[in-house]
Amino acid sequence: MANHRNNRRGRHKVVKTVLIYLFTIIAVIFFIFPIYWLVATSLKTRAQAFSTPPLFVWEPTFRNFIDIFLKRQTEIEAITGQELELATGAETFFYNSFVVTFSSIIIATVIGVFAAYSFSRYKPAGTNTLMFFILSTRMLPAIVVAIPIYFFYRSLGLYNTYIGLILLYTMFNLPFAVWMMKSFFDEVPRDIEQAALVDGSNPVKVFYKIALPQVLVGLGATIGFLIINVWNEFLFALLLTERATRTVPVMIAGTRGEVGINWGLIAAIETLYILPALVLIFVLQRFLLRGMTFGTVRGAK
Amino acid sequence: MTLQTATGSRLVKIFPILLILPAVALVTFLVIFPLIWALGLSFYSYNVIRGEAPVFVGVENYYRLLNSLEVWRRFVLTGQFVFYVVSIEFLIGFGLALLFYNQFRGRRLAITLVTTPLLVAPVAVGIFHRYLFDATFGVYSYFAQLITGQSVKILSQHPMFAIVFMDVWQWSPFMMLFILAGLEAIPRHMLESSEIDRLSIFNKFRYVIWPTIRPLVALALLFRTMDAFRTFDTIFTLTGGGPGTATEVLSIQIYRIAFQFFRTGEATALAFIFLVIIVLLTNIYLRLARRE
Repeated sequence: MANHRNNRRGRHKVVKTVLIYLFTIIAVIFFIFPIYWLVATSLKTRAQAFSTPPLFVWEPTFRNFIDIFLKRQTEIEAITGQELELATGAETFFYNSFVVTFSSIIIATVIGVFAAYSFSRYKPAGTNTLMFFILSTRMLPAIVVAIPIYFFYRSLGLYNTYIGLILLYTMFNLPFAVWMMKSFFDEVPRDIEQAALVDGSNPVKVFYKIALPQVLVGLGATIGFLIINVWNEFLFALLLTERATRTVPVMIAGTRGEVGINWGLIAAIETLYILPALVLIFVLQRFLLRGMTFGTVRGAK
Repeated sequence: MTLQTATGSRLVKIFPILLILPAVALVTFLVIFPLIWALGLSFYSYNVIRGEAPVFVGVENYYRLLNSLEVWRRFVLTGQFVFYVVSIEFLIGFGLALLFYNQFRGRRLAITLVTTPLLVAPVAVGIFHRYLFDATFGVYSYFAQLITGQSVKILSQHPMFAIVFMDVWQWSPFMMLFILAGLEAIPRHMLESSEIDRLSIFNKFRYVIWPTIRPLVALALLFRTMDAFRTFDTIFTLTGGGPGTATEVLSIQIYRIAFQFFRTGEATALAFIFLVIIVLLTNIYLRLARRE
């Protein structure tokens, strides 16, 4: 009798395990498939990308990755007979994206860490109000500020400049940097800093010699999310740039209206474009929930 | 507790203020200032293309917008989109969280893979779903044809389905992260004692699981609702609001009025209506969450 029950329990466990793996596989396929298909398409020739039914087995080619940088648009136009202004010369756009991302992140991180440290440690008068005010800018639909900023930029000469975009992205990521870094500072015990200050140490030194080294991991995670935020931003880049400063997302979106576009080329550009995100998802996994909630939800380890 | 210093030097006093100053200055310059300017403009009739000076019209922009059937139709459309995505994402997220609450080999890797869509650029998602949904070459259309036995033009026949599907794909893992964090916060001993007490699954959920995960679920719903309302990049690149205006949610409509028709005054007015809706929603949500 007991044996029988054990058997049943054992069988129950096996069924459960099988079900868990079955659902896990279904879930993973569902969420990974579009990304797999994107990468797969980037390894297809034009004809293969346009095959019906879609090709599931083919001989991969890296042609597209070379073409997006080397082939000039005239050449492509001659082949396809269509105007495909945006499908090549990708290096300009990647360069622009890189410049804008890199610069704005440095500024946002520095300013953000300063403010976060002050909010966490000194709590100057009005800290809660200011923190809430900074957070509320995140709730703002981008399109609401986009209209006035578009006209300001036009009249101030910031339109179609790196500076303009960098300034904007710095501001947009500041709330994130402040909240995220504050959550990391809040976790570090402040006894040592307290002792150093009581001993009469310079508060500037206390900040960068004692406090900062303790949040380096958090700083790295914050920067990781900032990279993704800026790298992915689209609306403002669309409104405020022309060819000279155009970033990758705007260029990718620009292919939308075209008929008969070479999906292999587009997929190659997109693959390179989302590559940082694919790498960072592994690195930032532990901080994912925290990063997506401005540090307000710590989440499990 | 705040840091206390022995010396009352001036540096110590102004140091915290100096640290905050750049952040506050930048936010003020690039958010508050433009917002006030836009609020002012929303009371004017202004068209950039015509190049005439703005004419003060009072609340006419607001009056006209709120009396326009078209605008109300977009409100309903946006509401539908938000309702569909948030509820479906909640269900899928919940299912995934229950699945990953089990400990098994490869669980960490599976979670990482499932959460990948979260960081992928919305523009890349939108443009690529155009290819996936393409009526002739799209692999999703191909699957749909295998299942239904007839060719389906998803983007032109079921555009709403397409944008909801895309959003669900990208954001369900977000819900999952919240709910999983909630589940993992349930004390093990409570689960064990509920086993011993032989609570039914329903009661176990009601008395043990739900009270712990409720705050996180509320927060997840809040975040998702707000973001779904503001969705722009993905829909803009997948359907552009079309076909016709079938998927033209509020943010895309504002974009069109402002940057395709250049009726700037009207666009800012609509943007402010949009802003008020979002602020109201946040407050209702926060109040509900607090009362719980």
